[in-house]
This record gives sequence, structure tokens and C-alpha cells, in this order.
Amino acid sequence: MATSSVLAAPSPTGARAFLKRLRSGDEVARLITLAFATSILLVTVGLLYELWIGSALARQRFGFGFLTSSAWDPVSERFGALPFIYGTVVTSAVALIIAVPLGLGAAIFLAELAPPRVSSTFTFFIELLAAVPSVIYGLLAIFTLVPLMRTVVEPFLSRTLGFLPIFKGAFYGVGYLTGGVILAIMTLPFIISISREALLEVPTEQREAALALGATRWESTWQVVVPYARLGIFGSIFLALARALGETMAVTMVIGNDPSIRASLFAPGYTIAAIIANEFTEATGEIYLDALVGLGLVLFLLTIVINAVARLLIIATTRRGSTNP
Amino acid sequence: MKRTNVWVGAFAALMILLAVAEAKVLVNAAGATFPYPIYGKWFDEFTKVDRDAQINYQSIGSGGGIRQFTEGTVDFGASDMPMTNEQISRTKYKPLHFPTVLGGLVPTYNISGVTQDLKFTPETLAGIYLGKIKKWNDPELKKSNPGVNFPDAEILVVHRSDGSGTTFVWTDYLSKVSPEWKKSVGANTSVSWPVGLGAKGNEGVAGLVKQSPNSIGYVELIYALQTKLPYGFVRNSSGTFLKADLASVTDAAAGAAKAMPADFRVSITNAPGKNAYPIVSFTWLLIPSKIEDAAKKKAIVTFLHWMLTDGQKYAASLGYAPLPKEVVGKEEKQISLIQ
Repeated sequence: MATSSVLAAPSPTGARAFLKRLRSGDEVARLITLAFATSILLVTVGLLYELWIGSALARQRFGFGFLTSSAWDPVSERFGALPFIYGTVVTSAVALIIAVPLGLGAAIFLAELAPPRVSSTFTFFIELLAAVPSVIYGLLAIFTLVPLMRTVVEPFLSRTLGFLPIFKGAFYGVGYLTGGVILAIMTLPFIISISREALLEVPTEQREAALALGATRWESTWQVVVPYARLGIFGSIFLALARALGETMAVTMVIGNDPSIRASLFAPGYTIAAIIANEFTEATGEIYLDALVGLGLVLFLLTIVINAVARLLIIATTRRGSTNP
Repeated sequence: MKRTNVWVGAFAALMILLAVAEAKVLVNAAGATFPYPIYGKWFDEFTKVDRDAQINYQSIGSGGGIRQFTEGTVDFGASDMPMTNEQISRTKYKPLHFPTVLGGLVPTYNISGVTQDLKFTPETLAGIYLGKIKKWNDPELKKSNPGVNFPDAEILVVHRSDGSGTTFVWTDYLSKVSPEWKKSVGANTSVSWPVGLGAKGNEGVAGLVKQSPNSIGYVELIYALQTKLPYGFVRNSSGTFLKADLASVTDAAAGAAKAMPADFRVSITNAPGKNAYPIVSFTWLLIPSKIEDAAKKKAIVTFLHWMLTDGQKYAASLGYAPLPKEVVGKEEKQISLIQ
């Protein structure tokens, strides 16, 4: 199975070809786009540098203890990142657990099964969702999602799955679970929209071949089309994950903002982006400010690590796929 | 041809406008968000008083105001809490603190079956926020609220999640009335809360309290008045239960005026006085003690005089408590210290 269609483009060689490319502007275009790509890299490096310098005091005073300590006390100036790392990872995980099956399912329906008119209407509304500012999601969540979680969803989960430690405890309506749900809602448009595009890119011959071999419509979709569009689907999940890790406003409005680590998803928690947004403007002490910048650095590194792990997973699965005849 | 003329005319007009604007003295300020509504009004009205001056104010938060003041990127700052000695030691020109208006905080709550205005003692407020008083039918609460039928329900404590002057005032008050709070938590714009949920802004706290049965939170008096939230009485230092209003907030400052230090860096929570509401604070302008630019100095000094006299009249209509005259007199004297 082909991994990418971009690599297949033919490239002319030799001096005459080079001159021709230069005349027709190819070389100029290459240099300009190279400059653009490099500038992005520079921004990333600059960001990392600033975060590193800005968190100098916190790194000196707390060292690696910053990552493992769960104290956050601006009065006595003791700072640790662990509850925030935990909250960020847990809410993002909950978001993906909800959003990936839902989003992929919707994308399959829209790309493979729905009539074109229905598909394009649905897609229009889904892409509209992606344009809604996150503070609007947060406000809506406070007034609709939070009461719903407190009075319906959390009691239901507690009754049916209450034997699991993640569904124990009091119902506040705000907490990891609600944070995860709002993130799922916010990341769904990305997953649906990009996965749908990827599925639509799959050549019709693939489907016809599967059908000709006697596969049902669903077998052809699930066993041929979806694996073929795997890269695009993974890409959409990446984008969703990045959005979930870095989302600030909507999460801080529904997560309860309590820097502690609890097993129950009903409990209030805190995320890295949320505490930076909450406390940065009023942070007055030097070390306090540096600790907040340090949290920014932690989020940056956390994103890199999670992305790297996810990419390795993809490489592993793609290799296995490409060795098939 | 005609169209070009219109464009040339418009361009010329714009340039003239810009030149006129340029002729004004531009003063940049930044800081606290709590007094932003009245500061916005003041700086707007002030352009009519002093036509040569234009004050731009960015409400970026007290911490940001202090930082920008220290780095000298603004002409003056604004903060909901006084600068500490350590912060002052890093400034080029020592800041003069000018109280502008007052704000009060009130406890708001939502308890099933309770419609009366509750009465809180300092001990019950500290107990609730320390997590010591866990249920609404606690004997302490019953004692100060005879006749109220409290439910046997857990208290859900709500506090601000964003760093804010409001939290500073609330925790400063609790530190004054409860030695245990002072020792284990302390006062700051954000603290390590023993119990409770954090919500963003007054609107977040009010929203969460409104929605969660048997909860309590604290919000600014202005916000409670404007949105008609129910809020309780608080017992002051002389043993009177007061329901906060603008007059009782101003009285707190008057009560504290006698013992006020010359630099106005003072917390006036739990102030003496029979009618002084206890959870009250100034908000300050931070003016450098030396202003190098003569035109800016003139504009700022004129503004301070105006703010202390005519400016105060705007306070009540915007929900802020005006300064008591004892404090105004002292501030007038401080203006002469600006070099």
C-alpha cells in the first residue's frame, strides 16, 4: 500500500533541467518556501529558549523536584508541576477516548455512506463548530454541561460503573470528566473534518477491488478504505490531541481548578494551561512568575514527548501495513 | 479624478487629526482590573478637564501593573494591593501609593430551603474556608443564625481560581481574624486553598454557587449588587452584624484613617468602627516619586487633584465606595511629594 502520494512526483535531473527550473521560477520558489519553513523552526527554537531562560529561578531552586512535587503554594513560594501534568494528561486522554470513536464513526458515515448532499451539509455545520471561540464553549459548559454532569451523567456512571475507582466520589459537575467532555466536543470537528477528507481521497478503485472480491460495503470500508486513509486519520487525531493539551479557557471554566491528584474522574483538578492563564496576570513574586513560565516549558516538553510517542506508534503500524502484498 | 481628490482629502484630514492627537500629552498606565470601570470613566472625563492630556489605561491585572511600573514601561501603575518592600527596592523611583476608591467583598451562598439573609461571624467564615466547618447545620452557624432551618448537608466551598486582588483581600481578612488561617494558608492573590472548587472571576464564582446546592463563595460587593445576588451579614470588629453597602465600606476606611501610615500601604480589613464593614480594601494608583517629563508630571498631578475631588462623585454611580474625607485630605498632601 502506498504511504504517500507526494513522494511519487517525478523529479527532473541534469544541468539543463536545473536551468529550466530556475527560469520557470522553481528554484526561486524553493528558496522562498525554504525560508518560510525555516522561520517556523526559528519560532519554535526561540520559544523554547525564552521558556528556558524565563524559568531559570524555578529550575535552580526546585530542579527536577519541580516535576515530582505536588505543592502549589504562592504564599510560601513552594511550587510543583505534578498535579497540573496529571490533569493535562487525564483530560486529554478522556477527550480522545470520547472523540476518536465518535469522530471516526461520523467521518466514515459522511465520507462513505451518506448521500453527497447530506454529507456536505453536515460537514458545513461541523466545520462551523471548529470556528467557535473556546470561551464560548466554556460559558455554555458552565450553564448546560456542568448541571447535566452533576445531576444526570455522574450519578448514572456512579450507579452502573461505581465499582471502578475512577467513577467514585461526590458529584460536583466540575472536574476531570467534564473537562474531558468539553475537550472532546471541541476536538471533534478536527477529527471529523480531516478524517473525512482523508477517506474521500482513497481511490475508488480500492473500493471497487474490495467489492469485486466479494466484500460487503462495510467490509470494504473498514478493511480497505479506513486502513488506506490511516495517515490522514492519525493526523487528525494529532491535531485534536495538540488542541486538547493546550486548550485553556474552556477547561479552566469547568475543571474545578484544584491542584491535587485524585483517581476519580468526578474530582476537581487543574491543567497546565489553565493555571498559567489563571495566575499569570497577578503573579508578583519573581520565583512565582518563573514557576509559571516553568510550567509553560513543561507543557512544551510534554507535547513533544506525547507527539513523539504517537508518531512512533504510527511508524510501527504503517511499516507493518506496507509489508503486506 | 474626482475619486482621487476624495482620497487625498481624507488622507489630509487623517494627518491633521493625527497631528492634533500627537500634540496631546500621552500618559500610559496599566494595572488592576477591579477598578477598571471607574478608571475608564475617569480617564475619559479627564480629557474634558485637561484638554492637553490623554491617559491610556490597560487593565492587565495588579501583578502586571507592578511589573510594568518596575520596568518603567508605563508612566504609572495601579494595583489592588500595596507593593511590598522587596518590590519597591527594585524600582528606579520609589512609588507613591494613592488610594482611589474602595471595594468590599461579600459572602454569597445557595442553601436548599434557606431564604433568610445569613449572619456570619469571622470564626464561621474562617472555619468554612479551612474545611473545619463541614456541614451547614454546624452548631457555630446555628448559634449566630437562630431560627434558620439549616439542612444536614456538606458545605461546598467556592473560591476564585484566577489570581486576583479580590482573593488577596479575602485571604488577608481571614488571616487577620484567624491565627490558624494565617499560619497554614496566609494571604496572596492566589493561595493554596485547604478546601473547595476554583472558579474564574466573579461571574464564575457566582455561577458555580448559583448552580451548586449548599455552596458558598465570595464576590465583590459591586458584582453582588449589580447582579442582585443574595449575600450575608458579616460581624465586624465591634461585634455588629453588617450587610455590606457602599456607606459601610466607606466607613471602614474612615475608621482606619486615624491609624493610617503616611505611605497609605495599609490593609483596612477588620477595621475599627461600629459601622465599618470588615472585608474592605483600597485600590491604589502607583505614582513614581519622580517624573522626569515635565508635561507628563503636570498632567498626572492635575489628574490626581481632580480624581480626589470631582472624580470621587462618579464612584457611587459605578458601584464603588468613595474615599472618606479624612483620607482625601491626607492624599492631597502626598501629591506635593511628586518631584
